Amino acid sequence: MVQVLFFAQLREQLKTDQLQLDLATPCTLGDVQTKLLELNPHWENIMQGRTLLAAINQDMVSSDAIVNNNDEVAFFPPVTGG
Amino acid sequence: MADLINVQEADFNIQDEYDAMRAANQEDGAIVFFTGLVRDFNQGNDVTGLFLEHYPAMTEKALEKIVQQAKDRWPINRVRLVHRVGQLYLADQIVFVAVSSQHREAAFDGCRFIMDYLKNQAPFWKKETTTKGDVWVEALEKDQIAMEKWS
Repeated sequence: MVQVLFFAQLREQLKTDQLQLDLATPCTLGDVQTKLLELNPHWENIMQGRTLLAAINQDMVSSDAIVNNNDEVAFFPPVTGG
Repeated sequence: MADLINVQEADFNIQDEYDAMRAANQEDGAIVFFTGLVRDFNQGNDVTGLFLEHYPAMTEKALEKIVQQAKDRWPINRVRLVHRVGQLYLADQIVFVAVSSQHREAAFDGCRFIMDYLKNQAPFWKKETTTKGDVWVEALEKDQIAMEKWS
Protein backbone atom coordinates (compact mmCIF):
# COMPACT_ATOMS: atom_id res chain seq x y z
CA MET A 1 0.00 0.00 0.00
CA VAL A 2 1.29 3.44 -0.98
CA GLN A 3 -0.11 6.77 0.15
CA VAL A 4 -0.27 9.27 -2.73
CA LEU A 5 -0.64 13.04 -2.28
CA PHE A 6 -1.26 15.81 -4.82
CA PHE A 7 -0.68 19.52 -4.41
CA ALA A 8 -1.52 22.92 -5.88
CA GLN A 9 -2.86 23.12 -9.44
CA LEU A 10 -2.51 19.36 -9.88
CA ARG A 11 -4.67 18.71 -6.79
CA GLU A 12 -7.34 21.07 -8.14
CA GLN A 13 -7.34 19.54 -11.62
CA LEU A 14 -7.52 15.95 -10.33
CA LYS A 15 -10.07 16.98 -7.70
CA THR A 16 -8.15 14.73 -5.29
CA ASP A 17 -5.73 15.61 -2.53
CA GLN A 18 -4.80 12.07 -1.49
CA LEU A 19 -5.52 8.42 -2.06
CA GLN A 20 -4.22 4.97 -1.17
CA LEU A 21 -2.85 2.81 -3.92
CA ASP A 22 -2.64 -0.95 -3.76
CA LEU A 23 0.27 -2.12 -5.90
CA ALA A 24 3.21 -4.50 -5.74
CA THR A 25 6.28 -2.94 -4.10
CA PRO A 26 9.12 -2.17 -4.45
CA CYS A 27 8.30 -0.48 -7.73
CA THR A 28 9.37 2.66 -9.57
CA LEU A 29 7.76 6.07 -9.46
CA GLY A 30 6.78 5.41 -13.08
CA ASP A 31 4.86 2.30 -11.97
CA VAL A 32 2.92 4.42 -9.49
CA GLN A 33 1.97 6.85 -12.27
CA THR A 34 0.98 4.01 -14.59
CA LYS A 35 -1.26 2.52 -11.90
CA LEU A 36 -2.86 5.90 -11.20
CA LEU A 37 -3.70 6.32 -14.90
CA GLU A 38 -4.95 2.75 -15.15
CA LEU A 39 -7.45 3.44 -12.35
CA ASN A 40 -8.26 6.97 -13.56
CA PRO A 41 -7.89 7.07 -17.36
CA HIS A 42 -9.25 10.63 -17.50
CA TRP A 43 -6.21 11.82 -15.51
CA GLU A 44 -3.95 11.16 -18.47
CA ASN A 45 -4.49 14.60 -20.03
CA ILE A 46 -3.76 16.24 -16.69
CA MET A 47 -0.68 14.26 -15.65
CA GLN A 48 1.04 13.68 -18.98
CA GLY A 49 2.89 16.21 -21.10
CA ARG A 50 3.76 18.57 -18.27
CA THR A 51 6.57 18.91 -15.79
CA LEU A 52 5.66 17.28 -12.49
CA LEU A 53 7.95 16.97 -9.50
CA ALA A 54 7.76 14.11 -7.03
CA ALA A 55 8.75 13.39 -3.47
CA ILE A 56 9.02 10.09 -1.60
CA ASN A 57 8.67 10.33 2.18
CA GLN A 58 9.02 14.12 1.90
CA ASP A 59 12.29 14.07 -0.04
CA MET A 60 12.39 15.34 -3.61
CA VAL A 61 13.32 12.47 -5.97
CA SER A 62 13.97 11.88 -9.66
CA SER A 63 11.59 9.95 -11.91
CA ASP A 64 13.49 6.64 -11.59
CA ALA A 65 13.24 6.55 -7.77
CA ILE A 66 12.12 3.36 -6.02
CA VAL A 67 8.89 3.24 -4.01
CA ASN A 68 8.51 0.84 -1.09
CA ASN A 69 5.50 -0.43 0.83
CA ASN A 70 3.95 2.25 3.12
CA ASP A 71 5.86 5.07 1.43
CA GLU A 72 4.28 8.49 1.07
CA VAL A 73 4.52 9.58 -2.56
CA ALA A 74 3.66 13.15 -3.57
CA PHE A 75 3.21 14.65 -7.05
CA PHE A 76 3.18 18.39 -7.62
CA PRO A 77 3.92 21.14 -10.16
CA PRO A 78 7.28 22.97 -10.07
CA VAL A 79 7.41 24.98 -6.84
CA THR A 80 6.87 28.76 -6.70
CA GLY A 81 7.62 29.90 -3.14
CA GLY A 82 9.93 32.64 -1.93
CA MET B 1 22.54 29.10 19.28
CA ALA B 2 20.40 26.88 17.14
CA ASP B 3 19.19 28.10 13.77
CA LEU B 4 15.57 29.05 13.33
CA ILE B 5 13.42 27.67 10.52
CA ASN B 6 9.74 28.60 10.72
CA VAL B 7 6.81 28.09 8.38
CA GLN B 8 3.92 30.17 9.69
CA GLU B 9 0.79 32.14 8.80
CA ALA B 10 1.73 35.03 11.09
CA ASP B 11 3.76 38.01 9.95
CA PHE B 12 7.33 38.44 11.18
CA ASN B 13 9.23 41.44 12.53
CA ILE B 14 12.60 42.08 10.92
CA GLN B 15 13.94 43.96 13.95
CA ASP B 16 13.20 40.94 16.17
CA GLU B 17 14.92 38.60 13.71
CA TYR B 18 17.95 40.87 13.38
CA ASP B 19 18.19 41.24 17.16
CA ALA B 20 18.17 37.45 17.51
CA MET B 21 21.01 37.19 14.99
CA ARG B 22 23.06 39.61 17.11
CA ALA B 23 22.15 38.42 20.61
CA ALA B 24 25.19 37.09 22.50
CA ASN B 25 27.12 37.01 19.26
CA GLN B 26 30.63 38.43 19.30
CA GLU B 27 32.13 36.19 16.66
CA ASP B 28 30.30 37.36 13.54
CA GLY B 29 31.36 40.43 11.59
CA ALA B 30 28.58 40.28 9.01
CA ILE B 31 24.84 39.68 8.76
CA VAL B 32 23.10 39.63 5.37
CA PHE B 33 19.34 39.34 5.10
CA PHE B 34 16.75 39.13 2.34
CA THR B 35 13.00 39.79 2.45
CA GLY B 36 10.53 38.74 -0.24
CA LEU B 37 7.28 40.73 -0.62
CA VAL B 38 3.95 40.42 -2.45
CA ARG B 39 4.08 42.80 -5.43
CA ASP B 40 1.19 44.21 -7.44
CA PHE B 41 2.02 42.92 -10.92
CA ASN B 42 3.15 39.46 -12.03
CA GLN B 43 3.19 37.43 -15.25
CA GLY B 44 0.92 39.93 -17.00
CA ASN B 45 -1.76 40.31 -14.36
CA ASP B 46 -2.78 42.91 -11.83
CA VAL B 47 -2.42 41.11 -8.52
CA THR B 48 -4.57 41.88 -5.49
CA GLY B 49 -3.27 39.15 -3.18
CA LEU B 50 -2.06 35.59 -3.08
CA PHE B 51 -2.58 32.30 -1.30
CA LEU B 52 0.49 30.26 -0.40
CA GLU B 53 -0.05 26.51 -0.31
CA HIS B 54 2.60 24.12 1.01
CA TYR B 55 3.24 20.45 1.80
CA PRO B 56 3.33 20.65 5.60
CA ALA B 57 5.18 17.39 6.31
CA MET B 58 7.90 18.21 3.79
CA THR B 59 8.37 21.97 3.99
CA GLU B 60 10.57 22.32 7.07
CA LYS B 61 12.51 19.21 6.16
CA ALA B 62 13.31 20.68 2.72
CA LEU B 63 14.33 24.02 4.24
CA GLU B 64 16.58 22.31 6.80
CA LYS B 65 18.29 20.44 3.99
CA ILE B 66 18.92 23.65 2.04
CA VAL B 67 20.34 25.43 5.11
CA GLN B 68 22.60 22.46 5.80
CA GLN B 69 23.90 22.53 2.21
CA ALA B 70 24.77 26.23 2.65
CA LYS B 71 26.55 25.47 5.92
CA ASP B 72 28.53 22.65 4.31
CA ARG B 73 29.70 25.08 1.67
CA TRP B 74 30.52 28.30 3.53
CA PRO B 75 31.69 29.18 7.06
CA ILE B 76 28.24 30.37 8.08
CA ASN B 77 27.35 30.76 11.74
CA ARG B 78 23.66 31.58 12.28
CA VAL B 79 20.70 31.23 9.94
CA ARG B 80 17.13 32.44 10.48
CA LEU B 81 14.57 31.52 7.84
CA VAL B 82 10.86 32.37 8.06
CA HIS B 83 8.38 31.59 5.28
CA ARG B 84 4.72 32.50 5.50
CA VAL B 85 1.80 30.44 4.17
CA GLY B 86 -1.92 31.11 3.77
CA GLN B 87 -3.64 34.29 2.58
CA LEU B 88 -1.39 37.29 1.91
CA TYR B 89 -2.09 40.72 0.50
CA LEU B 90 -0.19 43.35 -1.51
CA ALA B 91 3.09 44.48 0.06
CA ASP B 92 2.92 41.74 2.72
CA GLN B 93 6.14 40.05 3.73
CA ILE B 94 6.47 36.48 2.40
CA VAL B 95 9.93 35.24 3.28
CA PHE B 96 12.91 36.24 5.41
CA VAL B 97 16.40 34.76 5.27
CA ALA B 98 19.27 35.99 7.45
CA VAL B 99 22.80 34.58 7.44
CA SER B 100 25.69 35.60 9.68
CA SER B 101 29.38 34.89 9.33
CA GLN B 102 32.78 36.21 10.37
CA HIS B 103 33.14 37.86 6.96
CA ARG B 104 30.70 39.30 4.46
CA GLU B 105 31.50 37.01 1.51
CA ALA B 106 30.09 33.87 3.14
CA ALA B 107 27.07 35.79 4.47
CA PHE B 108 26.20 37.25 1.03
CA ASP B 109 26.76 33.97 -0.82
CA GLY B 110 25.00 31.84 1.80
CA CYS B 111 21.91 34.06 1.86
CA ARG B 112 21.63 34.06 -1.92
CA PHE B 113 22.24 30.30 -2.16
CA ILE B 114 19.45 29.60 0.35
CA MET B 115 16.97 31.77 -1.59
CA ASP B 116 17.97 30.30 -4.96
CA TYR B 117 17.50 26.75 -3.67
CA LEU B 118 14.29 27.60 -1.80
CA LYS B 119 12.80 28.91 -5.05
CA ASN B 120 13.37 25.51 -6.73
CA GLN B 121 13.24 22.89 -3.99
CA ALA B 122 10.95 23.97 -1.15
CA PRO B 123 7.34 22.77 -1.62
CA PHE B 124 5.45 26.09 -1.74
CA TRP B 125 2.97 27.12 -4.44
CA LYS B 126 1.53 30.59 -5.02
CA LYS B 127 -1.99 31.14 -6.26
CA GLU B 128 -2.52 34.78 -7.09
CA THR B 129 -5.81 36.62 -6.83
CA THR B 130 -5.88 38.93 -9.85
CA THR B 131 -8.38 41.25 -11.50
CA LYS B 132 -8.90 38.41 -14.04
CA GLY B 133 -9.51 35.70 -11.44
CA ASP B 134 -7.28 33.29 -9.52
CA VAL B 135 -4.09 32.19 -11.28
CA TRP B 136 -1.46 29.64 -10.22
CA VAL B 137 1.99 31.18 -10.58
CA GLU B 138 4.16 29.42 -13.17
CA ALA B 139 7.70 28.41 -12.23
CA LEU B 140 10.27 30.49 -14.10
CA GLU B 141 13.32 29.25 -15.98
CA LYS B 142 15.36 32.12 -14.53
CA ASP B 143 14.90 30.60 -11.04
CA GLN B 144 16.22 27.25 -12.28
CA ILE B 145 19.21 28.97 -13.87
CA ALA B 146 19.84 30.94 -10.64
CA MET B 147 20.14 27.66 -8.73
CA GLU B 148 22.27 25.91 -11.34
CA LYS B 149 24.94 28.61 -11.20
CA TRP B 150 25.94 27.27 -7.76
CA SER B 151 26.73 23.78 -9.05
